[in-house]
Amino acid sequence: MATEAKAHELTVSVSPHVRGDETVARIMWTVNLSLLPAFIMSVYYFGPRAAFVTGLCILSAVLSEHFYQTSLKKKSSIGDGSAFLTGLLLGLNLPASVPFYIPIIGSLIAIVITKLLFGGLGYNVFNPALIGRAFLLISFPKLMTIWSEPTAQFVAMDAKTTATPLGILKEEGMAKLIEIFGDKADLYTSLLMGNRAGSLGETSVIALLLGAALLLYRGYITWHIPFSFIATVGVMAWALGGNGGLFTGDPIVHLLSGGLILGAFFMATDYVTCPSIRKGQIIFGIGCGAITMMIRLKGGFPEGVMFAILLMNCFAPLIDRGVKSKMFGAVNVNKEQKK
Amino acid sequence: MSKTATFERGIHPKYHKELASAKSITQAKLPLRIVVPVSQHIGAPAKPAVNIGDEVKRGQAIGSTTGFVSSPVHSSISGKVIAIADFPTSAGRMVQSIVIESDGKDEALSFIEHPDYMNLSADEIKTLIKDAGIVGMGGAAFPTNVKLSPPKEKTIDAVIINGAECEPYLTADHRLMVERPREVVEGLKIIMKSLGVKEGHIGIEVNKPDAIKAMESAASGESNIKVWPLEIKYPQGAEKMLIKAVKGREVPSKGLPMDVGVVVQNVGTALAVYEAVRFGKPLIERVVTVTGNGIKEPKNMMVRIGTLMSDVIEQCGGLVEGAVKVISGGPMMGFAQWTLDVPVVKGTSGILVLAEDEFVSTDQYSACIRCGSCIDVCPMGLNPSILSIYSEKGFYEDAKANNLFDCFECGSCAYVCPAKRPMVQFIRLAKSQVKP
Ligand code: SF4
Ligand code: SF4
Repeated sequence: MATEAKAHELTVSVSPHVRGDETVARIMWTVNLSLLPAFIMSVYYFGPRAAFVTGLCILSAVLSEHFYQTSLKKKSSIGDGSAFLTGLLLGLNLPASVPFYIPIIGSLIAIVITKLLFGGLGYNVFNPALIGRAFLLISFPKLMTIWSEPTAQFVAMDAKTTATPLGILKEEGMAKLIEIFGDKADLYTSLLMGNRAGSLGETSVIALLLGAALLLYRGYITWHIPFSFIATVGVMAWALGGNGGLFTGDPIVHLLSGGLILGAFFMATDYVTCPSIRKGQIIFGIGCGAITMMIRLKGGFPEGVMFAILLMNCFAPLIDRGVKSKMFGAVNVNKEQKK
Repeated sequence: MSKTATFERGIHPKYHKELASAKSITQAKLPLRIVVPVSQHIGAPAKPAVNIGDEVKRGQAIGSTTGFVSSPVHSSISGKVIAIADFPTSAGRMVQSIVIESDGKDEALSFIEHPDYMNLSADEIKTLIKDAGIVGMGGAAFPTNVKLSPPKEKTIDAVIINGAECEPYLTADHRLMVERPREVVEGLKIIMKSLGVKEGHIGIEVNKPDAIKAMESAASGESNIKVWPLEIKYPQGAEKMLIKAVKGREVPSKGLPMDVGVVVQNVGTALAVYEAVRFGKPLIERVVTVTGNGIKEPKNMMVRIGTLMSDVIEQCGGLVEGAVKVISGGPMMGFAQWTLDVPVVKGTSGILVLAEDEFVSTDQYSACIRCGSCIDVCPMGLNPSILSIYSEKGFYEDAKANNLFDCFECGSCAYVCPAKRPMVQFIRLAKSQVKP
């Protein structure tokens, strides 16, 4: 047959023979892109040092992954954008004033210990950036809680330090917090824009929401985790956060401060370490929200988002096992078996 | 068309139907030689009923049934039997096949016609269908007369003709509905009669508006036949999904359509049933979509059963430079071929040739990142991610406990997976390692 000559070049593989366009790299680089507004705002408020800290995190994360893998004669996976993302997220979770070795140590812990030693992307139990940060907070509690005052307009920052809104709320109460920012409206506006002390990338809620919108639009994240997480924080802040008894708290302050928006949209949604069934994700989000508020209201730290997500990371596999999506034809099967 | 019916989950692949959807069905050339496997269906293979050297005519039975779930095979040309031996088939197995060399005369047996076919009894209809060797032509190739003979305790109340044709690229059913709608409707009526069913449905995805129109007008005089526009979504044409869309019923896990009172037949099968019952014509030809960027001239062709793929491809201008993959069937569930010298059989709905630009290598895949996309799309509501991970680690029993055997290998999970994991391969591996 005339066409036979070609036959030996044919590829044989199992169906399906066509695939969709999504790749891990495309997803990860889009997430990186979605954090660009928050990164820009961090430089805007905290000056060039913000870029230095975040850049150093990214560099150490990428390099440590690359050299770990090449030294084991494995293929370097830095092209998939996930090491970059871990570095970026770690950077955005640090204060501006940390000395240079903090980003390096944090990235090493995040990439080598939390991710690669567990088998690499897909096998890690905990969110790498958050473990990096938790390690730093425990090992360098002083350095990790010096908060610079935002200066705006990309200028180099002065040495003035201050407390974070959640810190003030915890130590001195809501009245003092409002007083410091002027009035309630000023407080909300500052929190929304990011004009307040805190970790580099967590302060500008508006920039974070912009990035989150991109991820939701592309379908890379769904509403399940962020919504249930944030709603739980809001309800608990309102119900339990006030001094005048039940339902006198100010949920807005709690929603706009700390690392909630960054955590809920960008860290709790980490595919590998959250449940993958949507119903389970709602449970996960509620758990994150509840633990966050328990720490914020009763715990020793002013902020609880990081520990909340890490704790819930432990439960993710359990949740996935317990929650099943509705199987086609499952209802009738039970009837059938009873017969 | 207002509301379109559908099922839950599923995917929206790129369809590429435009390559062949406007091409009218053309008659393929009389083949010089045919290779007819005795097993082109699910069930017991047929037994050769001829010997080497025998002269046969078009339509003559050359293999006879060997059990209840079995189907005879016929010669699609006139000529001489030159070999009976094992030959490769498009499903990748070697199967005993009868090779016939054409005498160029294309002489047919005289078939027994039934102009009054609607007056035949259910049993007479089923016998005609069985003797004509009709099997499901959508790909599964289950003997049709068996499907039409459900056990007594099952009450069937509806017949659905599957015109979804949800596989990308394929347009064979589409063309049949546009060009021969009346015969498809008659086929449906015969099937309904054989089952004693009052309700007939035809489900068609809305990306075939001309087919919907043609079928609607062909069925306009039949008050008990309804045409259903279906949402464009893969795998809309899977039996269980189609029944869910049209009748709202869920076939139970491990169950069959008849468990919910429904029989589904493909468009091509309905036509074959009509021709068998009305004209006594056995299943010796079928419409095959020859398509893909790897083929010079995409076509829909009426091809004699047993014609070699290489022969068909040649009649479509041959392969283009850089054709990399030839698939029997559609791109989602079809079989990749290692040789083109395999015959078109009763279940061959298409010959798809992918060029380099359509081809995706699946050699490189990475660990599951647990993104959940596959869970969101699995039409069976399974967790493909966990199935693939269990299979990868060799925990086949765990895979089984997670409803492994409810997977019908539609490939939706693999299509969406960003880590490009060979999901269906993992699932097949696990299935081969444990008992259902
Ligand atoms: S698990 Fe099976 S049924 Fe579900 S999407 Fe994958 S191939 Fe299809
Ligand atoms: S789509 Fe692929 S990467 Fe995502 S959960 Fe499923 S198997 Fe894992």
